[in-house]
Amino acid sequence: MNKVALRSAPPAPSMGQTLWALLTRDLKVAARRQSDLATVVFFFGVVAALFPLAIGPEMGTLRLIGPGILWVAALLAAMLSMGRLFSADYADGSLEQLLLSATPLPFLVAAKIAAHWLLSGLPLVILSPLLALQFDLPGEAVKILMLTLLVGTLSLSLVGAVGAALTLGLRSSELLLSLLVLPLYIPTLVFGAGAVQAEMSGLGAQGHVSLLMAVLMLALFLCPWAAASALKIALE
Amino acid sequence: MVLPWFQYAAPQRFYGLAGRLYPFCFVLAALLGAVGLYMGFFVAPTDAQQGEAYRIIFIHVPASWMSMVIYCAMAFWSALGLGFKTRISGLMAQALAPTGALFCFLSLWTGALWGKPMWGTWWVWDARLTSELILLFLYAGYMALTRAIDDPQRRDQAGALVALVGVINVPIIYFSVKWWNTLHQGSSVSMTQAPSMAHTMLWAMLGVTLACWAYAVGMALYRVRGLILQREHDTGWVQALAQSQAKSLNQENPAESGAGA
Amino acid sequence: MNWANSEAFWAMGGYGLYVWGSFGVVAIGLVAEVLMARRASRQIWRNLRDEVSDNQAP
Repeated sequence: MNKVALRSAPPAPSMGQTLWALLTRDLKVAARRQSDLATVVFFFGVVAALFPLAIGPEMGTLRLIGPGILWVAALLAAMLSMGRLFSADYADGSLEQLLLSATPLPFLVAAKIAAHWLLSGLPLVILSPLLALQFDLPGEAVKILMLTLLVGTLSLSLVGAVGAALTLGLRSSELLLSLLVLPLYIPTLVFGAGAVQAEMSGLGAQGHVSLLMAVLMLALFLCPWAAASALKIALE
Repeated sequence: MVLPWFQYAAPQRFYGLAGRLYPFCFVLAALLGAVGLYMGFFVAPTDAQQGEAYRIIFIHVPASWMSMVIYCAMAFWSALGLGFKTRISGLMAQALAPTGALFCFLSLWTGALWGKPMWGTWWVWDARLTSELILLFLYAGYMALTRAIDDPQRRDQAGALVALVGVINVPIIYFSVKWWNTLHQGSSVSMTQAPSMAHTMLWAMLGVTLACWAYAVGMALYRVRGLILQREHDTGWVQALAQSQAKSLNQENPAESGAGA
Repeated sequence: MNWANSEAFWAMGGYGLYVWGSFGVVAIGLVAEVLMARRASRQIWRNLRDEVSDNQAP
């Protein structure tokens, strides 16, 4: 008769390890379906390219409206990708497992948001200087554009997560998500695009950027918790 | 002292209370509205700068105020519902939403019709009107979400969360729009530049505002009765109510009494 | 009294279209809301009666 060697259970992973594992797992899963990243990048690029075609090649006009167009295109690209945050996990049941986990749900949600942002927000930041060329934005303005997009897309992902959690599994959830989240996106849009325009008009972007940061801080504190509550509402 | 009110958290009690109250609300609304509009049209003088067109404020300002007040009321009921887990609270919030959305739309419509003769354009990107437009989106989002969820508990809770997230955001949105508006020095038009008000104008506006408030309360109480019946449709008291109503209908129309069997 | 005659009242100093366009839409909106709420209520009662008669039917 074989003696089964009894060993004590391995130590439970720390919270940091759990969160890191969740983040890397989300990234790995997304890496297999590159279409998501491609969609975001493509949409941003196409919308930014369509506006000059619709408005006319006059560089003075384009320089004036460039910051706004780029910001709106980034916002729409971010908004369209929000639906994917929880839907895949919801479909295969792993979301319910997350709810049962010992780690507090807001932190798990934050990790998922971080992974989602790396794949849908950060690419916009990286692509933006290239698109800014189409609008002949000056160098300083491009720097501010990248900074505001960096801070802003984080806020957008955080706020969008609340909408994604609320509309989980509903009919026409994409439309509902957009409708819910659009009013909440407006302060970020106003401060983000406004910062670039302020920089270009010589007024300086500090005020706008500080306000953007304030919105991000608020979102960082409130959104993971709100999204976690919404997930519990949706799954119970 | 608070305890006697808690009995109305029971759907059946609240149904009865709402039924007794809403007719009074509508009567009050009609009276106050008549008084307010009479004062607005027949007592308040013509404005020196804006002529007769300024009289639109007698409905524009009340509609704007009500759209905000109702949204806050929805947030209040939402917080109550999430805190005390009462079913009525969620239903009251859902009952208030359509009226709030209507006032929001009317505020935008009357604002546009006021803006055109005054400043030449149908739409002005002033901070208040723009915030009002965003409020309409908030209402639309709330109503769309609550109508998309079939499970009543999920509907109450998700709606409550949306209303609360929205109400927190309203000051942020208003501030951001004001910021945006003042920095872009384009137009100096502002809806806040109301004519310096004669007393009669203020009284007229107050009258119409209170009328709108009474109307909104009456409408919400009327609507919540229907929502209660839907939600509690499988309880004894609702079934009994439906049976007695069906019976009285059969007594009125004996020819149709064979429909149920 | 502000108005010399009823024509002046309807004309509103030339702004009649705007003033009555505003108040008119408000009136339409309120009436529409009341009618829609009543229709919803009637539908709820109809559903309830159907449910009750379904429960009673053997």
